[in-house]
Amino acid sequence: MTDLPASKVDLKTVLSTPARVDNSEGMSYLQSVPRRVVTLYLPLSIIVVILLFPFYWMALTSIKPDEQLIDLETYSPFWTWNPTFKHFYKLLFDSYYPHWLWNTMYVAVCATVLSIIASVLAAYAIVRLRYKGANLVGGLIFLAYLVPPSILFIPLATVVFQYGLFDSPMALILTYPTILIPFSTWLLMGYFKTIPFELEECALIDGASRWQILIKIVLPLAIPGLISAFIFCFTLCWNEFIYALTFLQSVSNKTVPVAIVNEFVDGDIYRWGSLMAGALAGSLPLVILYAFFVEHYVSAMTGAVKE
Amino acid sequence: MADIAVAPRAKPQFREASAWDQLKHNRNWLGLWFMLPAMAFLIFFLAYPLGLGIWLSFTDTRIGRVGHFVATENYEWLWDDSIFWLSVFNTLLYTFLASAIKFAIGLYLALLLNENMPFKAMLRAMVLIPFIVPTVLSALAFWWIFDSQFSIISWSLKHLGLISQNINFLGDATWARICVIFANIWRGVPFVAITLLAGLQTVSPSLYEAATLDGATSWQNFRYITYPLLTPIIAVVMTFSVLFTFTDFQLIWAMTRGGPVNATHLMATLSYQRAIIAGQLGEGAAISSAMIPFLLAAIMISWFGLQRRKWQQGESND
Repeated sequence: MTDLPASKVDLKTVLSTPARVDNSEGMSYLQSVPRRVVTLYLPLSIIVVILLFPFYWMALTSIKPDEQLIDLETYSPFWTWNPTFKHFYKLLFDSYYPHWLWNTMYVAVCATVLSIIASVLAAYAIVRLRYKGANLVGGLIFLAYLVPPSILFIPLATVVFQYGLFDSPMALILTYPTILIPFSTWLLMGYFKTIPFELEECALIDGASRWQILIKIVLPLAIPGLISAFIFCFTLCWNEFIYALTFLQSVSNKTVPVAIVNEFVDGDIYRWGSLMAGALAGSLPLVILYAFFVEHYVSAMTGAVKE
Repeated sequence: MADIAVAPRAKPQFREASAWDQLKHNRNWLGLWFMLPAMAFLIFFLAYPLGLGIWLSFTDTRIGRVGHFVATENYEWLWDDSIFWLSVFNTLLYTFLASAIKFAIGLYLALLLNENMPFKAMLRAMVLIPFIVPTVLSALAFWWIFDSQFSIISWSLKHLGLISQNINFLGDATWARICVIFANIWRGVPFVAITLLAGLQTVSPSLYEAATLDGATSWQNFRYITYPLLTPIIAVVMTFSVLFTFTDFQLIWAMTRGGPVNATHLMATLSYQRAIIAGQLGEGAAISSAMIPFLLAAIMISWFGLQRRKWQQGESND
């Protein structure tokens, strides 16, 4: 009888310990280690290796000397002991690559800033002003998101020509927002909906105009959303191909993706090194940006899908 | 409620609201001002071109020459064009295979990533990289991987003793199709996986615990808990996936440009070739307008097909 309290305490610890483990590990303790290796780690590592191999290959090719690239028998193709930066050198000093990089950056930043400004206003109006027909306009903007560039580029090419924008960065800066605005408006609408109404009501009572409310209250609270929208739009711009391919003609005006496909692809058997160096250098800015803002990126992607 | 606050601040003397006040404070007018920039972009560069494209498809416009209305001549011409029908077939094959496999692998990968393991966050971040890198640039890497002479895949298979000669990946019609579909899957899987993973994380673990206590196997856990709860997000993700696969252009253009002998020409690449390279804007516009019904059908099927299932299960909230 005297040891009853002690056993009670024991029971408690026995019951509570697994529960605490449970919270951090889920039900994974139910599986044995070998089973987890076969059902989880093995397939996962195969998929991850396949997903990342092209980048390894790209990077390796860009630093291999030319003779190793086409001689697969003498040297093991999976590694190189004498890396060279010749291809990058050629890229930087012997081609328009810096120009192309600058063009891409310039177009992407301008188009993104324009679209974010337009989308902030539109999203705020749809969510908070709720003017007559706001829901209809919201639906139309979502539909605009579903219109793919590949059915628009032909008429847009004639439009761009009529407006006299052909072969100028303005052509891209003005057309990219049609891809970006629907997406970022939809994303920002989601963010604005989470901001409590009461804050705005207080501000209205204090005599703030709608514009002041937007700038001083809503935007500071929606900064995570703005960052997400900005990064995602920037990536979309950088990635865009068909408009840039159609609307730009002169070599020095092109963006990186178009220029690499058109200017670096020639009959030369030794082209691979510089081609891969160009591809790597064109991807790195985005990958670095992504590395800093993974969460924002994921929330942009999933946020746009969830709505 | 906000209405009361919008009204001009109480002033001692009453004053009729002037037209200017109306423009400044009426919510409909304010809404119009706020919508103006976005609407201007979307009307001038999206809605107008969309209509113009359909109009162009009924004319014989060429680059540098204004076209005349030719009624349905472009479409009649396409109807008898075997290359056009080949491109339609290719597009449907490409979309169907790539989307189905992307969905299967994406869902599997999402389930794997949802498990607890070391370096979870880093793995998730790494998986998304193929989606971040510009498609054209990764397509070039694939072009090099699938090179006819120096392909690393051919080399590895030869050294494993599985084949004796290099596979002509992008020169053979069947192989070329397999390669572009593979590259598309490679690029699309991270998107599907990460968005589905976000959906998976909203499923409460207690459901699985309860089901496991009731003796459910892991397949039953998936079939009766995960899948039904994930259906809405699957519908959206797959709609987007089908849409972007159907209208894909850059991957094909960077890898094969529609070759060999048009075996990988999609409708988008064919319309680019006819409209911009050959200069037949009218005909190209007809090809891209011909994509619209297919797109609508694809959206309807993947949207309502999955939506209805959700409705049948009596799930009303999200």
